[in-house]
Amino acid sequence: MRRTQPSALSQLVEITYKRRRLVTRAMMIVLIAAFLVATVPLFSVFFHVVRQGLPALNMDFFTHLPAPVGEAGGGLANALLGTIILVVLASVIGIPWGVVIGIFLSEYGKSRFAALVRFSVDMLASIPSIVIGLFVYALVVIPMKRFSGLAGGLALGILMVPTIARTTEEILKLIPVHIREAGLGLGVPRWKMILFIIVRGSMGAIATGVILSVARVAGETAPLLFTALSSRFWFGGLDQPIASLPVQIFNYAISPFEEWQSQAWGGALVLILFVFVTNIITRLALRRAHGSGQS
Amino acid sequence: MKIIRKRRDIHHGDRYFYFLLKGLASGLPLLLFLIAAFLLKASWPTINEFGAAFLFTQDWDPVGEHFGVLAFAFGTIVSSLIAIAIGAPLSIFTALFLTELASSRVAKVAGFLVEMLAAIPSVVYGLWGIFVLAPILRIHVEPFLGKTLGFLPLFQGPPYGVGMLAAGIVLAIMIIPTITSVSREVFRSVPQSYREAAMALGATRWEVMRIAVLKTGSTGILGAVILGLGRALGETMAVTMVIGNRADISASLFSPAQTMSSVIANEYAEATSATHVAALLEIGLVLFLLTFIVNSLARVFVWRASLGRSAR
Repeated sequence: MRRTQPSALSQLVEITYKRRRLVTRAMMIVLIAAFLVATVPLFSVFFHVVRQGLPALNMDFFTHLPAPVGEAGGGLANALLGTIILVVLASVIGIPWGVVIGIFLSEYGKSRFAALVRFSVDMLASIPSIVIGLFVYALVVIPMKRFSGLAGGLALGILMVPTIARTTEEILKLIPVHIREAGLGLGVPRWKMILFIIVRGSMGAIATGVILSVARVAGETAPLLFTALSSRFWFGGLDQPIASLPVQIFNYAISPFEEWQSQAWGGALVLILFVFVTNIITRLALRRAHGSGQS
Repeated sequence: MKIIRKRRDIHHGDRYFYFLLKGLASGLPLLLFLIAAFLLKASWPTINEFGAAFLFTQDWDPVGEHFGVLAFAFGTIVSSLIAIAIGAPLSIFTALFLTELASSRVAKVAGFLVEMLAAIPSVVYGLWGIFVLAPILRIHVEPFLGKTLGFLPLFQGPPYGVGMLAAGIVLAIMIIPTITSVSREVFRSVPQSYREAAMALGATRWEVMRIAVLKTGSTGILGAVILGLGRALGETMAVTMVIGNRADISASLFSPAQTMSSVIANEYAEATSATHVAALLEIGLVLFLLTFIVNSLARVFVWRASLGRSAR
């Protein structure tokens, strides 16, 4: 009887089921669309930077000083050199400090004090980079009474610490306990075990984290504005203002001169290629290391 | 005898090592404290002179030496809210796509693409914003919005291209990787048995996501969104380049504005009087405190979300 006359209930079930299936199908499309929309800017930025930046790149771009307003030609060689100097300086401060904090958090990370340090790492990572710049301005620039490469390097170095500390901690935590125990069981002191077994064994992965954070600070602009400032000349000492690629891109981008805007695109291309290439290479290296470790 | 002494030496080495590490690590909380202390000290002249009025007045006049941050705070908050309104749904759906829908191979590549959004330097986003996004907004989007939704005060006024809307969109792009990756972690930590339970009750694919994943992860998602907000509040270069830099409080999203970080970036060079410099530093202090609070809040939410489920 039921088979010949479908009840009102089963009809209702049928209708709601159709609706639910429709909603599900629509939501699946929404999810895929959301992902596609989210990646549009990536491709758009890359496309425009390559298209507008490529014509600006020539020998002069990499070897010459900026040309005065109105003159054609010139390059960003001093800014490229300046960024390298600033990044090296930042690395000298940021890498050892960040790695040591990472080791501390992974190996002695259970105390209350360690929780405070971990909290500080998180907070430091979330402070806007321009605020770090202001801090260094108040700490170094005001007493020295001038902008300097030293101040810029310090600001970038501080920015590196939290990312390096975090990745180092996460990497070291991946090492199984039995390896630590094996080391200690052989009568090796703990500090030797940590340095020569744990840290040495994950040197490659730590280096990956370090390289990624270097790539990140190389593109930082805001903290350099009032620490390193900028310069139209070659490097003249660490106590002098120093040019950097990101600041130069900023200055040229907001300038009204087409020649300069074109060079800003060129600089952006150099910066983006550097960031993308380091990201891709380090990730591939990391994946290969992980793959061989698992199989 | 000898053996015992040797063992003691070993312990000494360990102790020195521990103190060395601890000493270097304690530099970090100290640094955080120093940042607050130096900003406070350097901005003391204006704190002293204007007090709370600094926060609640709109008058920013470096020549007349009168400083109030309200218009910039408005710009910061509104641009960040636009960013959240656009970026949060996109990110959450993207994270759902990556964890629930995509095969692990697709998710790997797709996740990498989203992460690369975070690798693009801020100044490059700004450059793109000035020369690509702003013209599109000026020529296509803003006139269209004005025509269709122009009855709302939000979408009135001449289309400049650069302005609050442009800043909000660029910020949205910049916070997508943050919110997506945190949401992804949250969704991943939802136990598989929840999904299976929902499926066993006859839920469709979307209903599984809604009931088992989104609902369980809601605290964590909130944390992720607040983290994104924290990032948007302090973002400087891209915003400075596309927001138009005019300290107006306007209901229209098309009009130029100014944020707390963009005013610092814009005026550092021309700040000559000591009061002006102190005022800029005080903005930095306000930003520091604001992001500190917002991020602590986010941390509590994310921490709670991951603690509640995965017993790690």
